[in-house]
Amino acid sequence: MHSPAVLIFLSLFLFCLGAVGVIVRRNLIIVFMCIELMLNSANFMLVAFSHFLKSIDGMMFVLFVLAIAAAEAGVGLALFVVLFRNKGNIDSFKINILKH
Amino acid sequence: MIAKVWLIPLFPLIGVLINGILGAKLEKISKKIIHWIACPAVGLSFLVSWMIFRELLNLPPAHRHFEIVVYNWFTSGELSVNVAYLVDPLSITMALFVTGVGFLIHIYSIGYMIHDEGRYYRYFTYLNLFMFSMINLILANNFVLMFLGWEGVGVCSYLLIGFWFENREFASAGKKAFIYNRIGDYGFILGMFLLFFTLGRKTGIYTFNFSEIFAHVNFIPVSIATIIGLLLFLGATGKSAQIPLYVWLPDAMAGPTPVSALIHAATMVTAGVYMVARCAPLYMHGPFALYVVALVGGITAFYAATMALTQHDIKKVIAYSTISQLGYMFLGVGVYAFAAGVFHIVTHSFFKALLFLGAGSVIHALSGEQDMRKMGGLKDKLPITYWTFLIACLAISGIPGFSGFFSKDMILGKAFENGYYFLWALGTITAGMTSFYMFRVLFLTFHGECRADEEVKKHIHESPPSMTVPMIILAILSIFGGYIGVPEALGGSNRIWKFLQPSFHYGHEKVHIVEHHMSLGVEYLLMIIAVIVAVLGIYIAYLMYVKNRELPEKLAQKYPLLYRLSYNKWYVDEIYEGLIGRPLYFLGQVLWMIWDELIVDGAVRFIYGTVRGVGGALRYIQTGNLQFYVVFLLLGILITIFYIL
Repeated sequence: MHSPAVLIFLSLFLFCLGAVGVIVRRNLIIVFMCIELMLNSANFMLVAFSHFLKSIDGMMFVLFVLAIAAAEAGVGLALFVVLFRNKGNIDSFKINILKH
Repeated sequence: MIAKVWLIPLFPLIGVLINGILGAKLEKISKKIIHWIACPAVGLSFLVSWMIFRELLNLPPAHRHFEIVVYNWFTSGELSVNVAYLVDPLSITMALFVTGVGFLIHIYSIGYMIHDEGRYYRYFTYLNLFMFSMINLILANNFVLMFLGWEGVGVCSYLLIGFWFENREFASAGKKAFIYNRIGDYGFILGMFLLFFTLGRKTGIYTFNFSEIFAHVNFIPVSIATIIGLLLFLGATGKSAQIPLYVWLPDAMAGPTPVSALIHAATMVTAGVYMVARCAPLYMHGPFALYVVALVGGITAFYAATMALTQHDIKKVIAYSTISQLGYMFLGVGVYAFAAGVFHIVTHSFFKALLFLGAGSVIHALSGEQDMRKMGGLKDKLPITYWTFLIACLAISGIPGFSGFFSKDMILGKAFENGYYFLWALGTITAGMTSFYMFRVLFLTFHGECRADEEVKKHIHESPPSMTVPMIILAILSIFGGYIGVPEALGGSNRIWKFLQPSFHYGHEKVHIVEHHMSLGVEYLLMIIAVIVAVLGIYIAYLMYVKNRELPEKLAQKYPLLYRLSYNKWYVDEIYEGLIGRPLYFLGQVLWMIWDELIVDGAVRFIYGTVRGVGGALRYIQTGNLQFYVVFLLLGILITIFYIL
């Protein structure tokens, strides 16, 4: 079996990939996908430790997180649809009405 | 009926509530509703006063003292203040003429104010509020309720002087009256609390109730009683326009003329005299204060008369005459003749209200003209006004048979009797000046040829019945009002003296004065002197303003200094301005620029400047860009993690 270190680093890598994606991408759907990536890197860590510690708890937790993430994705995508209808694009740089 | 004394203030209060709340709407429907609410309110008060008065007369003199508690106003520790009314000869005499004259002037106001569009209701609301406050002042059985009325009449006076507030000058005349009254009120409050605490310390009785205070007045040291008396008298000088606080009254003539008649001649300004008379036991306990009252009264009487001699504004002359007559009243109460002072309040309220109403009628006829140089020859055009005005002039001059003669004679007689010869002489000279300046007004206004503008001349007309009828009634009162106090020397029984006297003695105070009694000869002599002086005054006025019209001009040129002093009111306004007004203004400027602008505003400006600067620097971070925030979020998380690890 792989050593835990490999799995932790893989998880961290996925997380950082997601974080950088959130910061640098302008298409909100991509940004959203990156957020999912960050979420799943955490899930990955939970499953890995659940395996190493021989405990079912972590896996149960992941199931819940996945269910909620699905709901959240539904809400998020709906928001994007509305945003697109109103503004004609989903470019994060153009959504800056908070400034005003 | 005595137990229902609270009805007297209640009726005007109802008038205030109805007209005050619904007045604007009612006026749009009809102006008649407004005065049909306001006038009967006061009329009913008068009716109740009259019934109580009759009831009181039927009781033996020793039992004419009732205190009717309406409800407990507030209680704090040992102090309990009630809304309670005192019915005794003094208070009911005052209530009777205040509501009576007030009722007549309310009716007169209908004719005078009906053309004032849009705030007719406001006028009558203020007038009713004034009646309510004045009745509370008079009937109160304790200092606190009296003070409520005292302040209430001050507020109404302010509101009514500045009734035509579009005119800046009128508005500031209102302010002037209010501020001078406040100075006096300050003394009144101090006196009231000094009395309260001294009595409390000495006897353990903490009370504001008149009867309780006067029953224990002997426990107050004489020196403190004197100070209390002087402080209270300071309040009286403000309210009753005596030296040094009299300067507001001439300016108060800015208000509508019925207001001048009601508030600034007949009723409110006599509140100070009433207060001194009410506190008679206290003042008798501190005789020096009473002496100051007499002295200030006598000097004011003389001094105000000198200013009345040369004024051109008809209302100003009568205003100075009011100050002068108020001086007489203080002279009266100051020489231990409390009943004489109150008697003069009553007769004065008749003829002085009549003088003002007459002046108002003249001003009304001349389309608002108040300068006597533009009047003259109105005798035939305004016959009712002329005859009533003449009666008032005769009454104020003290011509035998008219009311002023009896009351003025009683004051001067008592002053002489009790040994105040200087004040007697001063009062007698003043009587001569009084008859001179009153007949000067009469001759300038009603005799000679008409000097009004052509345009004004066309509109001269006698006033409507709502104005002339009250004048006629007041004229009758001005003649016969004095017969309640015919002195024994003239075969009368001096009923008012006997009626009022029990109100001033509570039987506990030491009487410092020995009752002198003049012989009949001296009494006759004094009367003859008074009459001669008065007639002389009229004769000189006749010489100067009817026979020889150039004489006043010549005299003014011959004695320019005296003339200018009198005409410019001894420059007292200017002196006050220079001594008090300017330094205060300067101090205000300094405080404004250094304390307010520099320190207070500086501190505020520093605080908001700091916040604004920091905010200005930080606002560049707020780009509104989502990802920019995320970077900061991550940075924050990283810093937190590093900190924890």
